[in-house]
Amino acid sequence: MSLLELSDVTKRFGGLQAVGHLSFRLEKGEILGLIGPNGAGKTTVFNVINGYYAPTGGEIRFKGERIDGKKPHEVCHLGLARTFQVVKPLARLSVLDNVMVSAFAKTSDRAAARTVALESIAFTGMDSWRDQPAGSLPLGMRKRLEMARALATKPELLLLDENFAGLNPSEVDATMGIVRKIHGSGVTILVIEHNMRVIMSISHRVLAINYGEKLAEGTPEQVANDPKVVEAYLGVAHA
Amino acid sequence: MTKTTLLYALPAAAILLIPVLTQNPYFLHMLILVLMWVVLGQSWNLLGGYTGQVSFGHAAFFGIGAYTTGILVKSGLSPAAAWSGLLLGGIAAMVVASVIGWICFRLRGPYFALSVLALAEVLRLVALNWKELTNGAEGILYIPAFTSKAAYYYIVLAIAAACFLAIRTVMRSRLGYYFLAIREDQDCAESLGIDTTRYKLYSLLVSAFFTGVAGSFYMNYMGFIDPGIVFGIEHISIMMILVVMLGGAGTMLGPAVGAVIYILMSEVFRVFVKRGHLVFFGILIIVIIIYFPNGIVGTLNEWRARRKPPGSPAPEGA
Repeated sequence: MSLLELSDVTKRFGGLQAVGHLSFRLEKGEILGLIGPNGAGKTTVFNVINGYYAPTGGEIRFKGERIDGKKPHEVCHLGLARTFQVVKPLARLSVLDNVMVSAFAKTSDRAAARTVALESIAFTGMDSWRDQPAGSLPLGMRKRLEMARALATKPELLLLDENFAGLNPSEVDATMGIVRKIHGSGVTILVIEHNMRVIMSISHRVLAINYGEKLAEGTPEQVANDPKVVEAYLGVAHA
Repeated sequence: MTKTTLLYALPAAAILLIPVLTQNPYFLHMLILVLMWVVLGQSWNLLGGYTGQVSFGHAAFFGIGAYTTGILVKSGLSPAAAWSGLLLGGIAAMVVASVIGWICFRLRGPYFALSVLALAEVLRLVALNWKELTNGAEGILYIPAFTSKAAYYYIVLAIAAACFLAIRTVMRSRLGYYFLAIREDQDCAESLGIDTTRYKLYSLLVSAFFTGVAGSFYMNYMGFIDPGIVFGIEHISIMMILVVMLGGAGTMLGPAVGAVIYILMSEVFRVFVKRGHLVFFGILIIVIIIYFPNGIVGTLNEWRARRKPPGSPAPEGA
């Protein structure tokens, strides 16, 4: 049984098809990269998996259980966490309180939630920012806060939505280290990313989509050299 | 005794001793009103300040509490001077709140704020026209149980203390963290495992309960209510918002500070201006929203935080 399985998933907004007949599997312990040009429907795929949108058609299974149509908070309690591309810090709360909110997903005890939150903060290297209001963080730290918060819900599957975008090269390296560490702790990861250096280096497999439909799937090298993928990014002349 | 216990014990002792030190009925009356408004402010603040769900119609819950007690006493169902009505008034308000919350909280945006405004108006019209039950525009009148103001002072003090402790306990628990998360970002809260519809409803239920209890107390203390007074937008709903905005939404002490200033100001207006004092409150709300959106306590907290060196811990519960 795959950890996550999408079969024939479609999401339409009126006449616009954002995701079309998309099927793929994610095995436990994998890092799968999801790539595609701007507007390809990557974030919509996340929104459909995490329950923010109900799919128009198709089935989504997590640990064998149907999750399409479930709400995000229910999906979260099953062990599926996500980060947001457009970061959503709880602006007036401190970094610690932000992470404690998500730690409460697994415990109702304040001291226990604090312990879990402090672990997540240490894990993502945010100790020195602990007491700052989340709204005052620089972008790089906001992206990290997204990861710290998702981790504190103790997920089995983590969806990372462009956590590398807008970071400078040294921040990118630091974030790659964190993602590898998260993976090392036994979490399966589905990652959306534009930075090809990142995708090629951390993904075990890559899935490329365009107009919400699958273009190619395979090892990073296979997908990067696939004519259809090159065409989608650069146009026919280069393919 | 440590410094912090002293910090709490001294004002607490002073508050408890006031009726022993003075029997001046006017002064005690003012304090009773202040404490009642502390309860109203705290209740609105839990929902509006901490959970971010603005209500334009909390008079609905205040009036339900008041009328529950009034009708109980008048019908002779509760002969024990209606003090059991305090609890029943709160529970009746919760029942009404659960219906409106269950319907509205699945939506986001202004639906709840406006629905509850309409609810208060509907209830006012019902109270005005269902004469058999409510005595219509003549209102409900009975002789208050106690002649001494001190008795009412201690009763409302107990309600205010219970309300303060309940909300402080809530805000230090998982529930409180969830309320704040919902206020800051509902999509994010959902993705972090929070059933936002359910927790918004919990916040409303606690808020409506204490508002209803305050309404019951008002009936028992004043001995008279009519639909315009207890369901009135300008007397209750808007003034609750004013008290919280003035003192500082989303702070523990804000509603208390707001209540003191509100009662002082309405007395000054009543004595010196006589007419049109609502205009001044309207202008005041506009000034607060433009220049001090965090209220008095919120603005002070901000100053304090700015003066502190970076890296030092944030003030607890601020």
